[in-house]
Amino acid sequence: MVSLNHYLVLSGVLFAIGTAGVFLRRNLITVLLSVEIMLNAVNLMFVAVGRYRGTVDGQIITFFVMTVAAAEAAVGLALVIALFRHRETLVPDAFTSLKW
Amino acid sequence: MLLLIPLLPFLGFVVNACLGRRLPKAISGAVACLAIIGAFAVSLSVAWPILMAGADAHPVEQTVFMWLPSGELQVPFKLRVDQLASLMILVVTGIGSLIHIYSVGYMHEERDSEYARYFSYLNLFAAFMLVLVLGASFPVMFVGWEGVGLCSYLLIGFWFHKPSAADAGKKAFVVNRVGDFGFILGMLLIFTTFGTLDFQEVAAAAAARASEGAAMGVMTIATLLLFLGATGKSAQIPLHIWLPDAMEGPTPVSALIHAATMVTAGVYMIGRNAVLFEHAPLTLSVVAGIGVATAFMAGTIGLVQNDIKRVLAYSTVSQLGYMFVAMGVGAFSAGIFHLYTHAFFKALLFLGSGAVIHALAGEQDIRYMGGLKKYLPITYWTFMIGALAIAGIPALSGFFSKDEILYRAFVGTPYHRGSAIVWGIGVVTSLLTAIYMFRLVFLTFHGERRAAPAAAHGHGDHAAHAGHGGSGHDPHHGEPHEAPPSMAVPLIVLAIGSMVAGYVGVPQAIGGRNWIEHFLEPSFEAHSTAGETAVAEPGATAILVAEPAQETPHEPADESTELTLMLVSSGVAVGGILIASFFWLRRSDAAARLAGQFGAAYRILLNKYYIDEIYNAAIVQPLKQLSTAGLWKGVDVGMIDGIVNGVGAIVRSLSGTLRQLQTGSIRTYAASLFFGAVVVVGWYLWT
Repeated sequence: MVSLNHYLVLSGVLFAIGTAGVFLRRNLITVLLSVEIMLNAVNLMFVAVGRYRGTVDGQIITFFVMTVAAAEAAVGLALVIALFRHRETLVPDAFTSLKW
Repeated sequence: MLLLIPLLPFLGFVVNACLGRRLPKAISGAVACLAIIGAFAVSLSVAWPILMAGADAHPVEQTVFMWLPSGELQVPFKLRVDQLASLMILVVTGIGSLIHIYSVGYMHEERDSEYARYFSYLNLFAAFMLVLVLGASFPVMFVGWEGVGLCSYLLIGFWFHKPSAADAGKKAFVVNRVGDFGFILGMLLIFTTFGTLDFQEVAAAAAARASEGAAMGVMTIATLLLFLGATGKSAQIPLHIWLPDAMEGPTPVSALIHAATMVTAGVYMIGRNAVLFEHAPLTLSVVAGIGVATAFMAGTIGLVQNDIKRVLAYSTVSQLGYMFVAMGVGAFSAGIFHLYTHAFFKALLFLGSGAVIHALAGEQDIRYMGGLKKYLPITYWTFMIGALAIAGIPALSGFFSKDEILYRAFVGTPYHRGSAIVWGIGVVTSLLTAIYMFRLVFLTFHGERRAAPAAAHGHGDHAAHAGHGGSGHDPHHGEPHEAPPSMAVPLIVLAIGSMVAGYVGVPQAIGGRNWIEHFLEPSFEAHSTAGETAVAEPGATAILVAEPAQETPHEPADESTELTLMLVSSGVAVGGILIASFFWLRRSDAAARLAGQFGAAYRILLNKYYIDEIYNAAIVQPLKQLSTAGLWKGVDVGMIDGIVNGVGAIVRSLSGTLRQLQTGSIRTYAASLFFGAVVVVGWYLWT
């Protein structure tokens, strides 16, 4: 029997993997993918908790998150392409000119 | 009707101030003269019934409009003419008219616009002076009081392109502010004490109170503050320093403002509030003390000054001191009497000196005059009459008024006891008066003609009469010329005035009836009409003290005292003239030798007791130091700028550190976001 805890643990693990990916990977596309993983970890948790509580709220908000994630991916990838055209690299540390 | 009196000169001012630039001299001069002569005619028609009715006359009042309706403070713009004011408006407009006419001749070399500016100021002065005299309450008087101060400033600095004139104007204005500060405080104290500012009501309320004796009561403080105002306006110690410098102005201005009218405003103000001052014997003593000290000090300075106008200025200060002595011993009518006679002979002397200066193309130093008698006969004889009058030669006007003051100072009045010391100093001063006046006469008109050394020409002092020095068509070098008719006529009229003006106050001791004293008496008493509203203090003795003795009975002993005193002062006057004639007519080297022998004393007198220097060292310089080192460099630059700049510097250095946090690296931002979220969530989870 798969209990709520299993879902939550899985969700937490996925979120941790995503976070680690954001921090550690040196490619902006991979960073974006990691952000998607984090979002989906949260989605999983919403759905699991929603089912546990017997409401549809979790599923509804998941749809919102997915919509936003799609938009974010579109904008994010467009930015990545623009950045690559500009600097010929996708290492996030190369883009530090937006500072004091 | 009363309003017309100040309004006419004011209209003259408006016309000349607005259109003066475009008007030729003849018209702007005529407008100004007609305005003041019109005011004189109206004054005469107002004052005539009062003069005829004498002491029984009722004051004439006119409320022009409600000026300051504000809760308890109700100040109507009210004008009032009583006996005192009727005399004053006649003096102001009468002598003012003569001086306006004189100015037409004296100022004729100014440019058209300057000429109109001069006359507009002169008219404005007359208007304010008349408001001062006619005002029925303190605030209305104060309007005139400040207004004449303003006009005095404008006229002293009339030749403002000359730094000394501009400075003298500033000095007069600033010194007067010190006095005005006292006047305002006194006015406020009177309002809070009596709840009214109308002179009659204040007098009635004061009369209902007990005399304060030697105590520092509220009336004593109020009158002392008012007297501070009077010292400023009337050039008494310690605020006398502005008047001699005020001689930088045109000479007719010196005659009108700084001799005949404005400077007597302080005396007039004390006369106006006589009842109040009677109830503060301490103030009266202070007034008499300051008056006699000023009279003596100014007289000694007058002995050694070399500028013709400065000698007259110190003589004015000295004579004003006499008036304050009279006020201080409670002989108010004697003080006003001297004010009135002084206006004639001092205006005459100033106008005469103006004629001399005019004749000599701006020369003011009596060392470079001499022998002018044959060139300027009219000026000489009128000046002589003025000098005799001020010296106190019997039968001329100054004799009667000065003797009245000295007599009162000796025997005392119901309000103040007499003092032989005050009388003694007064007599010495009258000796000094005779000496310095005749020194002036002898050095100016007698002896050989002494030309100024070539180097002295073009020196600042001598360019005083700027119109003369500057204009190319200068007909004045060479022979001095007699004054034109517009200047000579006022001289003659004033000379006649100086001879006969005193006959309104011939003392009883020599068969007169001292008309002026009885005439003025009602002005120095509280009026019963307003008196009924005032609450009488408990204790009948209080009221007894407050009631002025109606008539001082003339005992035979009194009369013999008066006759003796009269003989003494006449002898002193003649003696002074003889001393002057010895030093400056017969043995002209004796004066120089004497000055050499008493070098230290001579220098002290020549430098006016170093009072300007003392004020400079004791007040001006410390103030300047405090302002520069303390307030400017310390407080403003140090503290205020320091705080403002310090706040800026702190923010700047703080933000310099903090902005290092903005690295531009996305991953740093993401990390701080993450750990921030962990901390916040952790906080909620673990607590």
